[in-house]
Amino acid sequence: MLYDIGLTISYSYTTPADAGRHALMVLPKDLPGEQRLIAGSLDIKPGPAERLDRTDFFGNQVTEIAYRNPHSEIVFAVQARVERLPEGADDRSLRLADLGGALAALRSVDPDSPLHFLGPSQRVAPHPQMTAYARAQVDETGTVMGAVRSVGLALHRDMAFDPEATSVSTPPLEAFTHRHGVCQDFTHVMIACLRGLGIPAGYVSGFLRTIPPKGKPRLEGADAMHAWVRAWCGPQAGWWEFDPTNAMAAGTDHIVVGRGRDYADVAPIKGVLKTVGPQSSKQAVDVVPLESPAPK
Amino acid sequence: MAKAKHSTADRVRDLLAAYRPPAAVADELLEADGRIRPVWTQFINYFARLPRDNVPRLFARGDQHLRDAGVYFRQYGPEMEGERDWPLSHVPVLISEKEWQDISDGLIQRAELLERILADIYGSNKLVSGGYLPAQLVAGNPEWLRPLVGVKPRSGHFLHLVAFDIGRGPDGTWWVLGDRTQAPSGIGFALENRVATRKVFSDLFANSNVIRLADFFRVFRDAMTHEWGAPGKIPGILSPGPLNDTYFEHAFIARYLGLMLLEGEDLRVEDGQLLVRTVTGLHPVGVLWRRLDAAWVDPLELNEGSQIGTPGLVSAVRQGSVTMVNALGSGIMQTRALLAFLPRISERLLGEPLALPNIATWWCGQEAERGYVRANVENMVIGEALSTNLPFDETDTLAIGGRPQHSADLDLPGLIDRQGDRLVGQEAVTLSTTPAYVDGMLVPRPMSLRVFLARTAAGWQVMPGGFARIGRTGDPSAVSMQAGGAAADVWILSEKMVEWDGSLHEPSGPFVRAEPGMLPSRAADNLFWLGRYVERTEMAIRLLRAYHARRAEAAGHPFPVLEALGAYLAFYGIDPEETMPRGLLATLSSAINNGRSVRDRFSVDGWMALIDLARGARELEGTIEPGDDVARAMGVLLRKVTGFSGLVHENMYRFAGWRFLSIGRALERASATASLLQRFLQPDAPEGSLDLMVEACDSVMSHRRLYAVDTNRETVIDLLALDTKNPRAILFQLNEVQQDSQLLPGAEKAGQMSALSKAILKAHTALAVASPETLDHRSFGILRNLIDNLSDDVHKAYLR
Repeated sequence: MLYDIGLTISYSYTTPADAGRHALMVLPKDLPGEQRLIAGSLDIKPGPAERLDRTDFFGNQVTEIAYRNPHSEIVFAVQARVERLPEGADDRSLRLADLGGALAALRSVDPDSPLHFLGPSQRVAPHPQMTAYARAQVDETGTVMGAVRSVGLALHRDMAFDPEATSVSTPPLEAFTHRHGVCQDFTHVMIACLRGLGIPAGYVSGFLRTIPPKGKPRLEGADAMHAWVRAWCGPQAGWWEFDPTNAMAAGTDHIVVGRGRDYADVAPIKGVLKTVGPQSSKQAVDVVPLESPAPK
Repeated sequence: MAKAKHSTADRVRDLLAAYRPPAAVADELLEADGRIRPVWTQFINYFARLPRDNVPRLFARGDQHLRDAGVYFRQYGPEMEGERDWPLSHVPVLISEKEWQDISDGLIQRAELLERILADIYGSNKLVSGGYLPAQLVAGNPEWLRPLVGVKPRSGHFLHLVAFDIGRGPDGTWWVLGDRTQAPSGIGFALENRVATRKVFSDLFANSNVIRLADFFRVFRDAMTHEWGAPGKIPGILSPGPLNDTYFEHAFIARYLGLMLLEGEDLRVEDGQLLVRTVTGLHPVGVLWRRLDAAWVDPLELNEGSQIGTPGLVSAVRQGSVTMVNALGSGIMQTRALLAFLPRISERLLGEPLALPNIATWWCGQEAERGYVRANVENMVIGEALSTNLPFDETDTLAIGGRPQHSADLDLPGLIDRQGDRLVGQEAVTLSTTPAYVDGMLVPRPMSLRVFLARTAAGWQVMPGGFARIGRTGDPSAVSMQAGGAAADVWILSEKMVEWDGSLHEPSGPFVRAEPGMLPSRAADNLFWLGRYVERTEMAIRLLRAYHARRAEAAGHPFPVLEALGAYLAFYGIDPEETMPRGLLATLSSAINNGRSVRDRFSVDGWMALIDLARGARELEGTIEPGDDVARAMGVLLRKVTGFSGLVHENMYRFAGWRFLSIGRALERASATASLLQRFLQPDAPEGSLDLMVEACDSVMSHRRLYAVDTNRETVIDLLALDTKNPRAILFQLNEVQQDSQLLPGAEKAGQMSALSKAILKAHTALAVASPETLDHRSFGILRNLIDNLSDDVHKAYLR
């Protein structure tokens, strides 16, 4: 599937921001075998005093920028063409009961090692309440992939999608307790649930196609950047991605931007702005499927 | 002669009458058969010969030093001033140079080992892939900082200053209890312990062969400034700020070693270079001795919630512009569970066993170890595997000898089975005992040592001495240390003569005088506001005194000037009917908060005077009655304020910092006086307003001597606004501001006045050309605005 993606994020300040440093993670990833970045650009206005591109620990593309002079508005604009490749969906995952042994045998802390995704991270820590909830959803004798799907479907069933109820800094336990939130909350809660079961789980940020295929409903979260879960299902099956907000395995409708342990690792815009007074931000996303695939 | 000897022996016997070390532990003073160890003989004989009545007086000398030097340890609590006196145990711990050499060799080996492990786990990770280190203990470790993976430290090394906590086991050998690689504290306290203990035993010290500490500090300072940093770049110490429990030490070391005391807010990163914001602009920083945990130094790449970090600092490190002491991420070597793997890693990386063993540790993430711990839980301390605290830190200890520490219904075997990878079992060690002087007797107390090592071009240097922790009770189990205790000096005794050297008088490198302009903007800001708030406090006290004196006089009758003054005070947030107005206390705590952040920049006496003032004010709360009583109390406070101002004015070196304090004070006074004139020169001002102003401005005597008449409009305006010889006059203060500001960096650029200089000149001229007849309440309103704008101009020019 081929997409043209447009993203615009703008911030405006009533009192000009003095100076600022940001780390941006907004460009789709190039993932051999999964996703191909054909072209991508990030424009920033006003032009920052510094701009530096680098790769983070997990292999995500980060753009670091800094301003030195007061400014009252910033606009980040992404344009990208991406080919999303279909994946096989056969369950080669381990039995849930064998996962612990497989993890204990690992001798790697490479970026893709599932061991990074087991314990607490900045925004997500397993919690007895969420673990108990997760345990009640899964068949302990089943496979890991089965468990991931059961937890994801259960959260979709039990949590209400509500853009007004939470903010970017709502802790997972709070979203879980009230059973509401947006894609970030669904994803954080699901990660906490899976880690509680001993299943390595991480956070994926990205885009969803905005216009659904004929006869299919529009997906939730398509009007802004989206988030879903990846879970490690054993050495054979590797990582599998599931979108709890839409109760579906992430597939050709999902375009990956960043992968990390939780939102803190892959936030689209990080940064401290020195400003007083109110500020506002706007986000606009367009993910348009192209009729014919690009020539290879 | 024989008689004298006999008498010393008797006295020693007396002194040690209560000295009974517990069974089955080693003792520092006594051999197993009860004889005094040779290294202690001179000390014990000297101590025994001291008249017992003299001892408290000698000890008091040490305590006095600590108080004068302002040594304190911060405690968190509901009290405003959570600072407590330094708990010195006056009897030092004595160790022979020969034994110390063995300890040093062992610790140098260990420092080298930790360095190699860090290079591996932030590099190629061969220890993990080779099975020497469980991957989980790295990947799941909050101290393994992913943004630093693959980043080579600029200096080529991760570790530059490390500390080890060691203790002596029952068989007499030394054990490492814990590794301190993150940001070890205690080096400054160790130095102060030495100075204090040396004052207590000054006669003995002069004649004994105690190896001095100065060399170590000299080498360390030179390494900091010349080896790890870069020429022309500032060496600094990065502190989390005055609320940290060891802030005293940060300020003390900064002063002692000539490092700039910095907080995250002082720093900025531009094009990959770490810079400090000073009153002369941005200057590059070459090396930072970090005194806060790495996770907090950069909210952009590390802990996103940090309010005390510098965005971009990790990026500066990645781009190799600054050396961190120690490298970000070094804290992982403090992880308790790692102790279990060091013996094998030592064989692998160094090809030799650990010279000093560490406390035996089993990580319960492994099947066999889990079983062993479960079977031997009675002899173990069970704690958090990833804890970076010392083994005797109670917060991470779940059970001791099988007894749960925090919740009585803890299912220990179940926990070990289910969450073994979270836990370690550690051998419950006992410590050796050493003499402490309690109630006129020497008694045995358990002790552990913290030893410091610094990396230099010539290799690791071990500080000859260290920081001894002395247990509060006789219980020799290591965990008893968690109850807190005292600190003692450590003397390493040479068999050779030790040459005397003072302290840090002759550095071996080029002598560097602190540049006057090298004042961090934040420090300047704090000094400026300290000046303003102290002056504001003084004015409020004067007005309150005037108010209550008149209140007593009025005795309940209508008194227009009293009412006008009450309204005036209320306008400034002070309710004069409160005997100790909250508005006044708030101003005072603002002054204290500003002062606390720049404690390293004015004297201990000055700080004490400020604390004394705040304490005095709080103590008066609720104990005094309105009227004469309050007026008298305000008089007392006034003398305390002027005590502080006097100390600052008379004793503080005229660095740029002093000028900011002085300008803050002068602007505040000029503004307050203008405000007073604006209000009480109004045509409808009640009778007595003129006298009130003269009194509030402490100019009654001056007025009497200068003018042979009662106060009138002209004399008051002349004296309080225009008289350049009256320190209470506005023009006098504007003169001060002008003079001080001309000595600030950048007051003149290429013959042109700066914007600030021009603004000051404008305000100054507006008043200087006036005469009493041409001035009225409106002109003082305008003048006050000009003065208040100057404060903004100072900010724009220097403090942003």
